[in-house]
Amino acid sequence: MALRRLIYNVTRNPEMAPGGSLVHAPIVPHEGEAYEVHEDIAGEHMLINIGPQHPATHGVLRLVLELDGETVVRCIPHIGYLHSSFEKLGEYRDWNQIVPLTDRMDYLAPLIYNCAYAMAVEKLMGITVTERCKVVRVICMELDRIFSHLLWLGTTAIDLGAFTVFLYTFQQREKIYDLHERFTGARITTSSTRIGGMMADLPAGWIAQLNEFLDNFLPVVDEVETLLTNNAIWVGRTQGVGSISGEDAVNWGLSGPNLRASGVSYDVRKDRPYYDYETYDFDVPVGEHGDIYDRYLCRMEEMRQSVRILRQAIDRLPSGSINVDDPRVILPPKTAAMNDMESMIHHFKVVMEGVRAPVGESWFSVESSKGELGMYVVSDGGAKPVRWRVRGPSFINIAAIPHMIEGALLSDVIAVNASLDIVLGEIDR
Amino acid sequence: MSESDSFRKGLEGLDQGPRPSDAGDDATPPQAGALPPHPSVDALRQRFGDAVLRHEVVAGDEHIVYVPAARNLEILGWLKDEPAHRYDFLQDLTAVDYGGGREIQVVYQLWSIPNRLNLRVKCELPLQALEIDSVFHLWRASDWLEREVYDMFGVVFRGHPDLRRILMPYNYAEGHPLRKDFPLRGRFSRAEQTRRALAMKTEDHYSPMELEIAHVLGQSVPDPFDQGEAGGSPQGQFGGMGGAG
Repeated sequence: MALRRLIYNVTRNPEMAPGGSLVHAPIVPHEGEAYEVHEDIAGEHMLINIGPQHPATHGVLRLVLELDGETVVRCIPHIGYLHSSFEKLGEYRDWNQIVPLTDRMDYLAPLIYNCAYAMAVEKLMGITVTERCKVVRVICMELDRIFSHLLWLGTTAIDLGAFTVFLYTFQQREKIYDLHERFTGARITTSSTRIGGMMADLPAGWIAQLNEFLDNFLPVVDEVETLLTNNAIWVGRTQGVGSISGEDAVNWGLSGPNLRASGVSYDVRKDRPYYDYETYDFDVPVGEHGDIYDRYLCRMEEMRQSVRILRQAIDRLPSGSINVDDPRVILPPKTAAMNDMESMIHHFKVVMEGVRAPVGESWFSVESSKGELGMYVVSDGGAKPVRWRVRGPSFINIAAIPHMIEGALLSDVIAVNASLDIVLGEIDR
Repeated sequence: MSESDSFRKGLEGLDQGPRPSDAGDDATPPQAGALPPHPSVDALRQRFGDAVLRHEVVAGDEHIVYVPAARNLEILGWLKDEPAHRYDFLQDLTAVDYGGGREIQVVYQLWSIPNRLNLRVKCELPLQALEIDSVFHLWRASDWLEREVYDMFGVVFRGHPDLRRILMPYNYAEGHPLRKDFPLRGRFSRAEQTRRALAMKTEDHYSPMELEIAHVLGQSVPDPFDQGEAGGSPQGQFGGMGGAG
C-alpha cells in the first residue's frame, strides 16, 4: 500500500469581500496529481498510544492507534482521565452554586458557559433578564469566542510547527484575561453570572478597555493570516486532511465551526436566536471541504464577525439595572443588607435556602466557541436541580475523530485532533 | 467537639442527596390546558396513534413527546427520515433519574436543520428493565452519548456495537454514578478506592477490542502511563507548550 500525499496549489487565494473580510472560503478542488512520498513499510501493524500525557492531545485525551506503517488503520479514543462528575455535584448544589462548576468545564471560554447555564435556568424559571444584562452577556460571549479561537489558533499552529503564531495570539489573549480580571475578579474561573443577572455590573472604564482591545486586535488577525493562509507548509498540512462531508458531519452531530466548515450553515445564533442575535448584523462563515483548512478559515472569520457583534453591542449597551428586579432570585444591595433588618433576612434566605425553581425542565442551547452548547436542567420544585446535563460540543465533536483519521497518516492525527478545538475539561466533565 | 459534630452533620447531608421536593411523588410538570400545536406531534399522532403516550409543553415552547420504549427505534427513525420532518440532527441523548424508584427517562433532543424545529422525545424505562434499542444506526452522534448514559445510568442500548464505559474506568465496580441511589462519594471507602486505583494493571486501561487486536498482532499492549524509554523526550518537539489547551 502506498501512502498518498496531495499536491497543493498555493496560489489559490480565498475570496475577499469588500472591506477585506472573508465571507466565504471557496476552496478549489485539487487539480494536481497525487504522488507518492514514500512507500509503506511492508504492512507491519502495531498498536500505539498517543497520550494521555502528551502536549499535542490538548489535555489528557488518549488515542490508541493501530498503525500499518505510518497509516492509521484504526483509532480508538479513550476519555475520562479528567472526569470530576460535575453533573452529579450539581445535584447537590443550589442553582446559583452551580455557576462555578460551569466555567471549570471549558476554561478556554468560561463566560460562554456561565451565560449558557444562567440562561437555561432563567428559561426554566421564567425570568426575563434586563436589556442591559442581555447586551452585557452578548459582549461576554463574543469576547470569549475570540478568546477561545485565539487559543485554538495558537496551539494548532504550534502542533503543526508554526511557533510564531502562538506568540501573537497569546499576546491578545492576555488582554482578554485582563478584561476578565477587571470584570469578574478572575482570569479563568470567572463565575460571573447569577440567576437573573450578573455578579456585578461592568466596572467603570471597562468598555473603553474593550474598545482599545478591539482596535488593536483586527490587525493581529490580518497579520496571522499573512503567516498562515498562503503558507505552503500550513496549506500542505491542512488542505484535504481530516475532511468530513456535510452529511456525515450532521449525522455525527458535529457543531460549530467544525460543522460549518463542511458546508452546513447551522449556527444557533442564526437558527434559534437568543438575546436578540437576530438584530445584530453579522455573517456566519461556511466552508466547503470540511477539512482542517476550512475549519481554520471559518474560525478566522468568526473572530472578525465577533468583533463586528461586539462593536454593535457596545453601541447599543443600554443603561439601567443589570439584575432583574425580583427579590426571589436577586440579593439585596450590600449596603441595604448591612443596614436594614428586612434586607438582611432576605439576603440570608436567598443565600441559605437558595432560589427555588418551578417543577419542570428546560433544554437550552447557545452557540459556544466550539459548537452547540446545550444545558438541560430538570427541577422538581426544589432549590437544587434533579438533573443538570451539559451537552458539551467537544464531547460530540471528538467522537468523530476516528471517522476523520482512519486511513490518514500518523502525523495528520495531531493536526486533525488540534483542528477540532477540543477542551478536555468539558469532554470529561 | 461541637465544631467537628456540625462538620460531620454537613457531610451526612451530602450523602442524603438533593433535598426532597415539595412536589411530592409527581415530578412531571402539569399539563397545560390548551397546548400550542407542533406539526410533528400532530403527524406522530396520525401515524402512530396511541404510541404517543403524552404530549407536554415545558418552559414556554419546548415540546416533549412520550413514546413507548419498545417502539423508540421505529418512531425516531420515522422522525428522522420522513421528508416532511427530517430531524437530522441529534442534539442530545441523555437520561434523567428522578429517584424514589421511579422510571428512568431516556431523553432524545432532536433538531431539524431544514425545518428549524425542535422536538424532545422521551422513553420511560422501569428500573427492573433498563433496556432500549440503540439509535446508533440513525445518528452516529449517539455512539458516545449512549455509552455515557450506559456508564452513568446503567441503561443498556440493544444493538450498540461497542457499548462500554466511557468516563469511568473499564473495571469500575461501584455502579452507575448518576443514579439517585448512588452516594456522592461512591460506594466504596476512600481506602478501597485508592487501593483499586493503584492496583490497575496495564490491561485495565484497554477495551476488550484493543486487547484482541494486540493479541492478533502478537504484541503486548503498551502501558499508557509508562514514562520510561518510550517516553524519551516527547516534549522536546513541541517545547512543552502545545498542552496549553
